[in-house]
Amino acid sequence: MKLRIKFRKYGVMKFIGHLDMMRYFQKVMRRADIDIAYSGGFSPHQIMSFASPLGVGLMSNGEYLDIEVHSWTSSDQMLFYMNQVMAEGVEILAVRKLPDNAKNAMSSVAFADYTIQFREGYEPSFSLSEILTEFLLQPQILIEKQTKKSSRQVDLKPLIQKLLLTKDGGVFMRVSAGSVENIKPELVMDAVYHFAGEERGEFALEITREDLYDENGWSLIDVGEEF
Amino acid sequence: MRKPALNDEILLTIEKPARYIGNEINSVMKDPAKVDIRFAMCFPDVYEIGMSHLGIQILYDMFNRRDDVWCERVFSPWTDLDQIMREKKIPLFALESQEPLRKFDFLGITLQYEMCYTNILQILELSEIPLLSRDRTEEDPIVIGGGPCTYNPEPIAEFFDFFYIGEGETQYDAIFELYKENRKNGKSRRDFLMKVCQVPGIYVPSFYDTVYHEDGTIQSFTPNIPEAPKCIEKQVVMSLTDAPYPTAPVVPFIKVTQDRVVLEIQRGCIRGCRFCQAGMLYRPLREKDVEVLKDYAEKMLKNTGHEEISLSSLSSSDYSALKEIVTFLVDEFHGKGVNISLPSLRIDAFALDVMSKVQDIKKSSLTFAPEAGSQRMRDVINKGLTEDMILHGAGMAFQGGWNKVKLYFMLGLPGETEEDIKEIAVLSDKIARHYYELIPKEARNGKVQITSSTSFFIPKPFTPFQWAPMNTREDFQNKAHLLNDTFKEQLNRKSLKYNWHEADLSELEGVFARGDRKCAKVLLNAYKKGCLFDSWSEFFQYQKWLEAFREEGVSIDFYNTRERSEDEVFPWDFIDIGVTKSFLRREWQNAKTESVTPNCREKCSGCGASNFKGGVCFETKN
Ligand code: SF4
Repeated sequence: MKLRIKFRKYGVMKFIGHLDMMRYFQKVMRRADIDIAYSGGFSPHQIMSFASPLGVGLMSNGEYLDIEVHSWTSSDQMLFYMNQVMAEGVEILAVRKLPDNAKNAMSSVAFADYTIQFREGYEPSFSLSEILTEFLLQPQILIEKQTKKSSRQVDLKPLIQKLLLTKDGGVFMRVSAGSVENIKPELVMDAVYHFAGEERGEFALEITREDLYDENGWSLIDVGEEF
Repeated sequence: MRKPALNDEILLTIEKPARYIGNEINSVMKDPAKVDIRFAMCFPDVYEIGMSHLGIQILYDMFNRRDDVWCERVFSPWTDLDQIMREKKIPLFALESQEPLRKFDFLGITLQYEMCYTNILQILELSEIPLLSRDRTEEDPIVIGGGPCTYNPEPIAEFFDFFYIGEGETQYDAIFELYKENRKNGKSRRDFLMKVCQVPGIYVPSFYDTVYHEDGTIQSFTPNIPEAPKCIEKQVVMSLTDAPYPTAPVVPFIKVTQDRVVLEIQRGCIRGCRFCQAGMLYRPLREKDVEVLKDYAEKMLKNTGHEEISLSSLSSSDYSALKEIVTFLVDEFHGKGVNISLPSLRIDAFALDVMSKVQDIKKSSLTFAPEAGSQRMRDVINKGLTEDMILHGAGMAFQGGWNKVKLYFMLGLPGETEEDIKEIAVLSDKIARHYYELIPKEARNGKVQITSSTSFFIPKPFTPFQWAPMNTREDFQNKAHLLNDTFKEQLNRKSLKYNWHEADLSELEGVFARGDRKCAKVLLNAYKKGCLFDSWSEFFQYQKWLEAFREEGVSIDFYNTRERSEDEVFPWDFIDIGVTKSFLRREWQNAKTESVTPNCREKCSGCGASNFKGGVCFETKN
């Protein structure tokens, strides 16, 4: 059976990169005695896949991985056992059963929510509320997007669903994510700074991914059900 | 949550920030207000190397079992962070509490290889602890050295308050009690050192003076206070089975060199290879009960979630319950997502059977360490591996489907001739010939691949070769080139690959291995010139080291290329490892006459280690 696991990543764990998080979760499965399925061959590996890699330095309240298991107890119990063997800074939020025909987490991702705080001493000098409003009024928001080999021009406008000021002076955004057009929040903020005629400091932003959604706007966890 | 000692900006700038944040599974957090002793356990190399070391995990676990001690870890900051810490004056901190080391009671540094010595100075300097023991005050931590390099601590004696000589399991409780008592009575650092120097195995260098002859050799080495013993006895754990062992070792987030559960099956070695320091230092051989190992294997895999398990020891094939433990691991864990990483085994039917179960025959290789190419030379070094044994073992493996062989040799062994060197290539070629003779063309799975590697022989203290001259850097290079040319002349040269490395590092390692207190100034000088991470070829600065030797007027040849006379007083003579100097001398003579000495299980040679009253010396021989 396929299970979807939602977790949170915070504190110093934000310095643990994606590959190391994968290794970390492989060990979690063994410590928590999860009856996970393995591939065959001389070095069998766990059947496990992540929704979307999170950059080093980012926190998240909505990370996902799918696993395949041979046997299971209940959502509550599995969540409990996994949280028993977690490092501080990672917390399992939900464990759900996926319908047989469900797409895997990685190919489901279509949108992502982010909140952004400004690190002390790096608050923007321009009025964020005014700039954000004007920024979104532009007919087109053209930026250069770097790919591995070259760069190409992208219009951000249709890729930004929401971009708002939060009550505590930060920024909230919902942007396209996943395999078709993955927009990093830094890229949007760069465009905002550029529009305001300023340079963003390299360490200005403290970014938290809030959740991931599929193309119908469902949070990835809503696809599964409790058991 | 703890606040990291380094801010986000730094952690996001440097390579692998996970090296510095702690927080790993099974790392130990305590309330500093509730402990009496803060201990920082240091491996003076980068995190990935240090975290792969078993000894640190054993002591970390053992110390933290005490409620009154909080033991934390610290490793060498990589060069990127090193620079930032110096610029921003950030003091070096321990991983668990993220608090500066200079607040600690003890800084224990494990010394696994000579080429980490500049890193010791880095650790001290970044911690803002005076480099020299004599400059430290009541405010500074007590700096302890432990590990194999303490069997000749003299080149680094001035930097340490004391050395713990031998296996860590035996005396730390006594040391901690003395420390608490000393503090309770309001006594000084010196008072504590005077007490601790009377604990067996503890060497406080400042309580000893060395007088030299005019030629630079040692005339006398004597205590300068009545409390300090003349001779320091190596510490050994006689019951390895009952010794503490970490069933929940710390699990790093990033990939480290040894990323697996390690079961120590035995300590010591029966073989008596004359070049091998570990083989003498850890005598007598002591085994750990196999039932205990099985229990540990289960617990450790469960507590860490590691996907691999391996066995640790010298000469694993000599462990008497080897079949039982390996069979247990394979039956119990193989196929359940746990890889069994086998130690290098003597090739026989059993070894090939388990290898074929846990490794991909097409990808894995056989390993032999003949150490020398000719039988004559193997008799000199007392390596009981014959050509017949190698050809027979390889032949069995070839028939089982293997076609990759790795061979390990040494160059520069005492009394080595050109012929002996060439024999390395000849032996490698013979193994290739054997493959082509034995395996019919249609049954072959491609070419045979023989990879031969040589390292340069460095004479080490407490071995029969401690008297031997070491080759110069030029000798080493010439020998490697001669051998390389010989490889090219072999019939099966296309199936043979030869690897060797630069000799610069070996030269320095030689000096510090058999050096005395006069070497300390060279080390300081080289460190001040910027030498650091010398065991990393990308950072090793040979020219700066040569300058340091020149400026301090210290001769490399004095330590390396001179043959020592049989009655010379060595810097390490005050240490009693159980194995006697007269036994080593006898073995040095046996080497010269190419006489083989039997291993401990064939016949006891009376090396002296039976004084410890246990282990292989008291096994019933049948
Ligand atoms: S005393 Fe004999 S049996 Fe014991 S370690 Fe020495 S040689 Fe081996």
